[in-house]
Amino acid sequence: MTTSVVGKNLRKVDGVRLVTGGAAFTDDIRLPGLLIGKILPSPHAHARIVRIDATRARALAGVHAVLTYKDVPRVPHTTAGQAWPEPSPYDTYLLDNKVRFVGDRVAAVAAETRAIAEKALRLIEVEYEVLPAVLDMERAMDPGAPVIHDEPDSTGIYDRQRNIAGYILREIGNVEEGFRGCDVVIEREFRTGRQQHCAIEPHISIAWLDEDARLVIRTSTQVPYHSRRQCAMILQIPVSRIHVIKPRIGGGFGGKQEMLLEDITGALALATRRPVKIEYTREEEFYMARTRHPQILRMKMGATRDGTIVASQMTVVATTGAYGSHSTTVQGNTGSKVLPMYRARHMRFQCHVLYTNAPVAGAFRGYGCPQGFFAQESVVDELARELKLDPVAFRRQNAIRLGDIDRLSAQLGEGREGLPRVIRSCGLNECLDRGAAAIGWERLRKARRRPGHLKRGVGVSCTMQGSGIAGIDWASAFLKMNEDGAFFLQAGASDVGGGADTVLAQIAAETLGVTLDKIVITSGDTDTTPFDVGAYASSTTIISGGAVRKAAEKVRGQVFEVAARMLDTTPDKLVCGANRVSTSDGLKRVTMAAVAMQAMYKDKLQIMDGASHYNTDSPPPFCVTFAEVEVDTQTGQVRVVHLVSAVDPGTAINPMQATGQVEGAVAQGIGYALTEELLLDELGRPRNPNFLDYKMFTAKDMPKLTAILAETDEPLGPYGAKSISEVPINGPAPAIANAIYHAVGIRIRKLPIRPEDVLRELRDCGAV
Amino acid sequence: MKKLTIRLTVNAAAREWSISPGDLLLDVLRREGYFGVKRGCEKGECGACTVLVDGRAINSCLMFAAQAEGREVLTIEGLGRDGALHPLQEAFLDHGAVQCGFCTPGMILAAKALLDRNPDPSEEQVREAMTGTYCRCTGYVKPVEAVLAAAKAIRRAP
Repeated sequence: MTTSVVGKNLRKVDGVRLVTGGAAFTDDIRLPGLLIGKILPSPHAHARIVRIDATRARALAGVHAVLTYKDVPRVPHTTAGQAWPEPSPYDTYLLDNKVRFVGDRVAAVAAETRAIAEKALRLIEVEYEVLPAVLDMERAMDPGAPVIHDEPDSTGIYDRQRNIAGYILREIGNVEEGFRGCDVVIEREFRTGRQQHCAIEPHISIAWLDEDARLVIRTSTQVPYHSRRQCAMILQIPVSRIHVIKPRIGGGFGGKQEMLLEDITGALALATRRPVKIEYTREEEFYMARTRHPQILRMKMGATRDGTIVASQMTVVATTGAYGSHSTTVQGNTGSKVLPMYRARHMRFQCHVLYTNAPVAGAFRGYGCPQGFFAQESVVDELARELKLDPVAFRRQNAIRLGDIDRLSAQLGEGREGLPRVIRSCGLNECLDRGAAAIGWERLRKARRRPGHLKRGVGVSCTMQGSGIAGIDWASAFLKMNEDGAFFLQAGASDVGGGADTVLAQIAAETLGVTLDKIVITSGDTDTTPFDVGAYASSTTIISGGAVRKAAEKVRGQVFEVAARMLDTTPDKLVCGANRVSTSDGLKRVTMAAVAMQAMYKDKLQIMDGASHYNTDSPPPFCVTFAEVEVDTQTGQVRVVHLVSAVDPGTAINPMQATGQVEGAVAQGIGYALTEELLLDELGRPRNPNFLDYKMFTAKDMPKLTAILAETDEPLGPYGAKSISEVPINGPAPAIANAIYHAVGIRIRKLPIRPEDVLRELRDCGAV
Repeated sequence: MKKLTIRLTVNAAAREWSISPGDLLLDVLRREGYFGVKRGCEKGECGACTVLVDGRAINSCLMFAAQAEGREVLTIEGLGRDGALHPLQEAFLDHGAVQCGFCTPGMILAAKALLDRNPDPSEEQVREAMTGTYCRCTGYVKPVEAVLAAAKAIRRAP
């Protein structure tokens, strides 16, 4: 299919505003009378509030409101920004008389200035009954362990007495039987760390009452519609009395798929009748926002001598921290999106998701897959070695392929039964071929060990993801034509910085036969755009884009009706392109602007229409990652020399943006592999909540990156698109771990891969 | 609280502002409507609040506004001329170097400071100059490409 807008490297539609410093983000607004809100964080990992007295804080000049649990409605809810009914437990309260982690909300203040608000926090008198805390997830289910959610009104908790937020058990075939038939079986344990999203824009919400006393919440969110619904429930006002505005967002990565500050900011605005802003500091962002779920995984895989993987089993213990936001859904993904990578006849996934008195885990790019693929791809590498097979060839032999049906997905959906996945497009082999060529796989695998203390090796991993949640994610879009032949596109979708507005505008422009400048997009505003679940699950391009394409096709039909009358022909003989409508023989033509003027001032017709869209399947994008590393055997330091990420995203609507997604995901994935971990002390307090002690990579730290797009044509996607933003984050950790083995012969099974762990392993195996 | 008046140049325009002695340059610039100066950490770690003071890239969260007295401050708003974008801004758009855009002003200004003193930097030098700015979206690949492309465009310009 030839296209003129889709598939082109066009500039971001919101780019000029961003490079010139124009007002764009949540905080880029001036509101007269704005108050500053602050939250009093719990200093204890687990405690009951015996007495709380805000009298002195309220008496402080400049303080307009202090809220404690006594002042707000008690409505159990989840902060997870998910479609109703959310599969996460309702175990969270606007404010509560119990705190469950260091950083949990104790009270909230709104004051004239930040200094006054901070002073007011210090004047709130709180008497705590400190309770024993459980920080180690392996102790959380022990008999006698402190019960974190002992409140009676929470719902959806699997087993509150044992701190089990959620439990999953799924099996296809019979793994025990499968393993009995294997020639080689490998079982290993893996541990993964607590990564933080580190969006450069921290969470921020500003709330006020508009001229009609409706509550307006301008907020840095991936999920404006879910936030509106949740705030309505928590604050006990009708949905239609709330207006959520998502401006430009300074990065989300899943951390903003969460109703995190909107409720408390809204409560303060209602209490004060003044505009209120709450903005997390960087430190608060680290432990009062969300993290990736730490997991302990036991991965068992078996194969026959001919290199066929027969059975795979993953047994996981994960912690969701103090609240169960995204608990079963993230962990469900660890099984459902990872195990089906290979065509084992027998698969089994079991997982306990446990509460601990730790910062809350939530959605994070990859959504459970980075943990699962680290375990699986490490074990696959070991299997290949046992079977004396090339790791690339072994993966190719066993990987899921075109026409396959992934039955595990049918068992393991979004917190409930899912739908089977049919593979209708698969560029995995091309990813393997082009990735191997780019890294120099054959050459590096055969290269002789270098003398000295710097050893090099190369590793590979195969990963996949989804494109939207099958049968649940849906979106809508609306288009109307203006006098100049341009179109307003109103989409519920939430561009959080990845370029969704541009991609959606490209899809609209392509379908309507106009140039990109003829599409003016408004998105993510609950008053002016139609519904969309939001930016998560790699859904926006395929689901929101699907809605845009449908709406544009309907509107194009209306354009053709008017143009047909103008050109004295029938609509079926018309085509559009280059801002014109013409007969398919090209003999007669009329400009879009002329069609618009005809419709509006002669036919008295507003050309406009909208559409909704969902899919009953979630086509996986595929990604093959190759890493070349250098291990310093004197220090244990691992340096990535070159990383190749080859991705099948379906069609890339904007290849420049798509490769940008790959590069960004890889950077986050390398950080997850090597340096990034939020550490807690023995009392559950964060030890490194800042960018000096929590190490992300700078421009100088980054290795050479090669992003490859191996495009396919996905029948379920608009113009063949699947998704791209998440899948590349899954690959770096296992590829790097496998490369370390190739370099120095040790297997590191814990993330992040710290120099001290590498050195210890080297010593233990006698390599040093 | 005691107020004081500072006089400085911001984006080539003379300004006179009443401030408190403890005000940070970041807060004063944002209060005055320079929204391109971003708050990312307030500890001089992320670089989102980078501005040029007398041509040097500094974290405006680590500088008192009072210290800007008599200085020349350049924010991202002052980079383009007569409605036209600066070659760095053009290059960031053309190379897809902008994703969320939150760190972009700081990155572009850090690059500007580099190109002003070294019009023909190596990739290494570009990466070195940008280490003060964290970007969580791009992996730095496209921003580095954009700076190198902009450097070339500036060198070719008449």
